[in-house]
Amino acid sequence: MKPIFVSAAVALCAVAGCSGSDSTTIHGAGASFPYPIYSKWAYTFEQLDGARINYQSIGSSAGINQVKDRTVNFGASDAPLDKKELDAAGLVQFPLVIGGIVPVVHLSGVKAGELKLSPEVLANIFLGEITKWNDSAIVALNPDGKLPDVAITPVRRSDGSGTTWIYTNYLSAVSSPWKERIGAGKEVSWPAASVGGKGNEGVAANVTQIDGSIGYVEYAYAVQNKMTHVQLQNKAGKFVEPSLEAFSAAAKNADWAGTPGFAVALIDQPGDDTWPIVGASFILLHNDQPDRAVAAKMLKFFDWCFKHGGDAAKNLHFVPIPADVYTLVEADWDKQIQSGGKPIER
Amino acid sequence: MAGDIEAHPGLPTPTPLSDYDRTGDVARSRHFGDLLFQSLTSLGAVILVAVVASILALLIWKSLPAMQRFGVGFIASSDWDPLHDRYGAWPSIYGTLVTTAIAMSVAVPLALVTALFLVDLSPPWLSRIVGTGLELLAAVPSIIYGMWGMTVFASFMQRWVEPALANTLGFLPLFQGSFNGMGMLTAGLILALMVLPYICAVSRDVFRMTPGVLKESAYGMGATTWEVTRDVTIPYGMRGILGAVFLGLARAIGETMAVTFVIGDNRNVATSLFASGNTISSTLANQFNEAAGLKYSVLVELGLVLFMITVAFEIAAHLWLRRLRNAGGR
Repeated sequence: MKPIFVSAAVALCAVAGCSGSDSTTIHGAGASFPYPIYSKWAYTFEQLDGARINYQSIGSSAGINQVKDRTVNFGASDAPLDKKELDAAGLVQFPLVIGGIVPVVHLSGVKAGELKLSPEVLANIFLGEITKWNDSAIVALNPDGKLPDVAITPVRRSDGSGTTWIYTNYLSAVSSPWKERIGAGKEVSWPAASVGGKGNEGVAANVTQIDGSIGYVEYAYAVQNKMTHVQLQNKAGKFVEPSLEAFSAAAKNADWAGTPGFAVALIDQPGDDTWPIVGASFILLHNDQPDRAVAAKMLKFFDWCFKHGGDAAKNLHFVPIPADVYTLVEADWDKQIQSGGKPIER
Repeated sequence: MAGDIEAHPGLPTPTPLSDYDRTGDVARSRHFGDLLFQSLTSLGAVILVAVVASILALLIWKSLPAMQRFGVGFIASSDWDPLHDRYGAWPSIYGTLVTTAIAMSVAVPLALVTALFLVDLSPPWLSRIVGTGLELLAAVPSIIYGMWGMTVFASFMQRWVEPALANTLGFLPLFQGSFNGMGMLTAGLILALMVLPYICAVSRDVFRMTPGVLKESAYGMGATTWEVTRDVTIPYGMRGILGAVFLGLARAIGETMAVTFVIGDNRNVATSLFASGNTISSTLANQFNEAAGLKYSVLVELGLVLFMITVAFEIAAHLWLRRLRNAGGR
């Protein structure tokens, strides 16, 4: 009887969160895009340190609201806030992880990485201007391929999402008709001919179902579902395939130091090897921390993610923040984040 | 307490004062029990009403910003542009009504025929098996229907059903245009499948309650099975059937996940049933996560519209029942 009782008590303890010496629990909420890596990091950090990081992927907007209301210790958002909004709410913002977004197609006879698209053609497909796969604009980019006379069905997210925010920002950056007619946001007014899917998994399922479809998903979904990605022409005019290296190249070439709140958009960055649709996911903290111990533990966690979380990120098809960027971020913490008017030691 | 009294049945000894007290106690406690029961039950009823009232109040309160901005035009407008804060409810209302209409027009006849078969025509062993199957079908969670609809049913529709409809009934505007397996027709048929077991199970029980004497006398007069069904079983169970239909209708109007997965989410009000569309609840499921500010209020107002549609159907059902009662008195 006794061992059962003890193990029950241990199980109860695990549920209630009383993990031995250090029982600090840090609550975070927000973006669903980085959820796989955040939960992996939180799990590993708890094994090492004992502190629990409880991250809930409830969506970027809800995460921003919750951190502003101080119901969580940190918020996470795929779309960065601008300096005015950060200052108004007393928030510090920094990137924690980087990911890529990949157009995927379902077209009989076309294998992964075979189809080449230019930014204008991609935008015109999603605008509904190009409606057939054997359109002269697509054939001009793929003179060798045999493109069928099949109607194009653009597939996009039906729910508001950070993925859509990054993707439509890219289309707005590369196509002025897109910028004027549709614009960029977490949810936009899509042209009539498109089909919506809920979440990355919904878009992936629709693209797998519908012959002649093209959609956009996070890189991890494209890899895991073995989807047919395209080659995309970048700012340097080169056709590139999506890869972690190509995403890193975008992060390397961005102007982090000169952008307040590190709010750089990693889309359409220069460089021969750069994949053009890349986004960072951001963390939001109050610059005036009410609890010194919790704040120190939280910064220790983020510091650990930067310095020791790289391999886990790559395994899950995310790109870690480059060392020179997180050095800037940590210098920014030292300058901005305080508790009771004093800086916080990590 | 009751045991206390019956422990001394018919004893002639004068009852001590304390026992008088005790019987008084018993009486009082019985009275108290009644009171407790009454207050508990009425508390339940009050809580129920309070919950409905508070939901309605919250929906109205939270949708005030959207109401002030768009007014009554919100219902008829087809705008949906989150970047410029322009919203309208019409495509969602239209999609809700169309998918529900498809679902009911398929499910009701099928469910009634199945129920009649189970009660009057099938051998008892088959009736038992089919009945159990029906109840199992009713217990499947809607998300499962959604996943099955997205991965299996949608491609079945794209490959077989929609081409067949386009080739045979393509002259109707309802079955024109391109199709890809997602859309209002697929959503409506999934809904039909989901509400069918409800309607069928309830109407089966209703048909079973037709007194055997009535049916047997009809048969005795030389009526055929069809005549008995038409003139005895169906009229006798009419109110119950209506109840079953409205149960199914309520589920079809509000169903969320299964529809969200297969309707394709589009804000065009299209005549063709092949076209993608959306419903009020699928819009809420898709958009609520990332909604803030005016959009949040707009979504709450959509919820209010759905509430109103449900109330309207409820009122229509009551009026219809009353008319039936006055007309037939069966």
